Amino acid sequence: MKAARSIALLVACAALLTAVACGKKTPPVARPTPPPPPPAETAPPRPPAPPEPAREPVSVPPDPVRDDAISSASLDELNKNSPLKPVYFELDSSDLSAANQKTLDEDAALIKRYSSWTVTIEGHCDERGSAEYNLALGERRAMAARTYLISLGIAATRLRTVSYGKEFPFDPGHDEAAFAKNRRAHFVITSK
Amino acid sequence: MTKFIITITFAIGLLAAWPRAQQQAPQTPASQQPPPQQPTELAATIEGGGGAAPRLAIPEFIALSQDAETVATAKTITEVLWDDLNFEREFAFIPRDVYSSIPKATSFTDVPFDRWRELNADGLVMGTVQKVSSGFRVEMKLFNVRTAQVVYPRQYDGSNARLFAHTMSDELHKSQRALNGVARTRLTFDSDRDGERMTGTVQNRSIKEIYISDYDGERQTRVTTGRTLNIAPRWSPDGRSIAYTSYRRGGANLFISNIFQGTLDEVTKGDKVGENWLPAWSPDGTKLAFSSTRDGNPEIYIVNRDGSGLRRLTNNPSIDITPTWSPSGTQIAFTSDRSGSPQIYVVGVDGLNLSKKTSESYCDRPTWSPAPFNEIAFAARSGPGFDIRVLDLVTGLTKSLTFGEGTNESPAFSPNGRHIVFTSTRSGKTQVFTMARDGKNVRQITKAGNNYEPDWSK
Repeated sequence: MKAARSIALLVACAALLTAVACGKKTPPVARPTPPPPPPAETAPPRPPAPPEPAREPVSVPPDPVRDDAISSASLDELNKNSPLKPVYFELDSSDLSAANQKTLDEDAALIKRYSSWTVTIEGHCDERGSAEYNLALGERRAMAARTYLISLGIAATRLRTVSYGKEFPFDPGHDEAAFAKNRRAHFVITSK
Repeated sequence: MTKFIITITFAIGLLAAWPRAQQQAPQTPASQQPPPQQPTELAATIEGGGGAAPRLAIPEFIALSQDAETVATAKTITEVLWDDLNFEREFAFIPRDVYSSIPKATSFTDVPFDRWRELNADGLVMGTVQKVSSGFRVEMKLFNVRTAQVVYPRQYDGSNARLFAHTMSDELHKSQRALNGVARTRLTFDSDRDGERMTGTVQNRSIKEIYISDYDGERQTRVTTGRTLNIAPRWSPDGRSIAYTSYRRGGANLFISNIFQGTLDEVTKGDKVGENWLPAWSPDGTKLAFSSTRDGNPEIYIVNRDGSGLRRLTNNPSIDITPTWSPSGTQIAFTSDRSGSPQIYVVGVDGLNLSKKTSESYCDRPTWSPAPFNEIAFAARSGPGFDIRVLDLVTGLTKSLTFGEGTNESPAFSPNGRHIVFTSTRSGKTQVFTMARDGKNVRQITKAGNNYEPDWSK
């Protein structure tokens, strides 16, 4: 109980910090909901929070349909249309934009809710970087996402990283639209 | 592997009789040509064919029996020998289409030397192919056309037509031009040509496997079956092993395939080792330099090939990756973005004397040339893609070898320093090409699938 509370506090702090950080330059892009004080929920706006069946103090009314969809899905099904959204990067950059942070806040909420998941964060690059350096740039992107998630209270042991450089483009095209899709940190649920 | 029995020894001293082609040098203004290569020195620069190079004729090798196998072997040897000799551009060639006007010799004793003289041939490479119980016996003689004398005779036993030719080419280059040819060297690269998909939870990912081939792209053979990403292969100096980056354990780790024994060594093991990329062999083959995130971010390390004796070389919060050894084994060049963009740096193997070598907008994959050249080739961003550039470490000057035809990456030198293997998208997909060190004589090596990160055996 105590632990849960302090985690909740931590999350709240982190979320607040984020909101402040976001508020600096980009006006009201920041997170729409301030973290509610009672037990661990950061109440993300979009995925309507399917609850973990057991253990944790449940604060959100269960949404049985969603719950079933995620809980009952196989890993393959889950990852094909992952509930964890990727974050996208600028050329040659591993900086997390405000939009990235918002996405990661939502991903973090899901990862917390499904507390048995372990997640691999893949770093990917577009083909405009060199094959070799991109291995390291992809790692930097995956690490940026991982570090942020850990700051939101996700246990480091649940988050692995791997960089694929430009080896596995999501879009095989050679234009900016394709490149933008290929510069990403991509989440794969590796056990549930 | 076919073993050759060399039954006739070097004809040393006959080199003096070799006619200098300069006397004939027809079309090119002789004053602008560099002096002809002395047989005792290695070429420092390469000029196009013609001019200074001895002019050779290579009529089809004579099949001593008319069975299809012998005839085919004679034909293959002739064609491959031509290509091999042409590759180093040390000789000029009498074009094959004029050979038909000359009566065909049936043995070494009825060669119409006067006719070859009319065609301005300096040298004549002739050969016979005889079927024997173990395969073939091939005799090759290099004649001085002017004197009608044999200057270099060899005899080989074996069964592989291409290897006969490769060996002849290397020996002719060595004896006539004091040059270490590359006809028996090999390439390695990774390829997605098999169209196999990675197993696991993310669909539609094409795996890559390690391939080897002869230097000319023949005999392309797959050497890994990891069904995962196996990338960036590097030949060991003895040509018996290939080190590469493999994801078969999930993350990236270093593996060594000992290709003739069929064994696999795992260099980076354990779950606390982070990601490990891009092994590069020390010149003596005992160590690997590589990049690893084991201490938090990509740094350069050196490790013994059995995984022992790990030593960290760099210490910087930015990315350090893609190491390559100097030929002396005393320095490492690598890519770092510590200045804000990826650039080439050099550091001693003791971690001292770091210096920045490039000021490009973005560059990567440094590859140190073999001696006597003292150069680092790399890929530099230029326009939308990359071009291959070479930095002369003595003069500090950089020159481009490719000029925006597709994107050009991942250069590696041939062991004699006269050629570079690299990848290019100039023909569509990413393919392996070779070119001479002046950027000329570009040859496409691969055609199937996409092919990446080549290396050239020593």
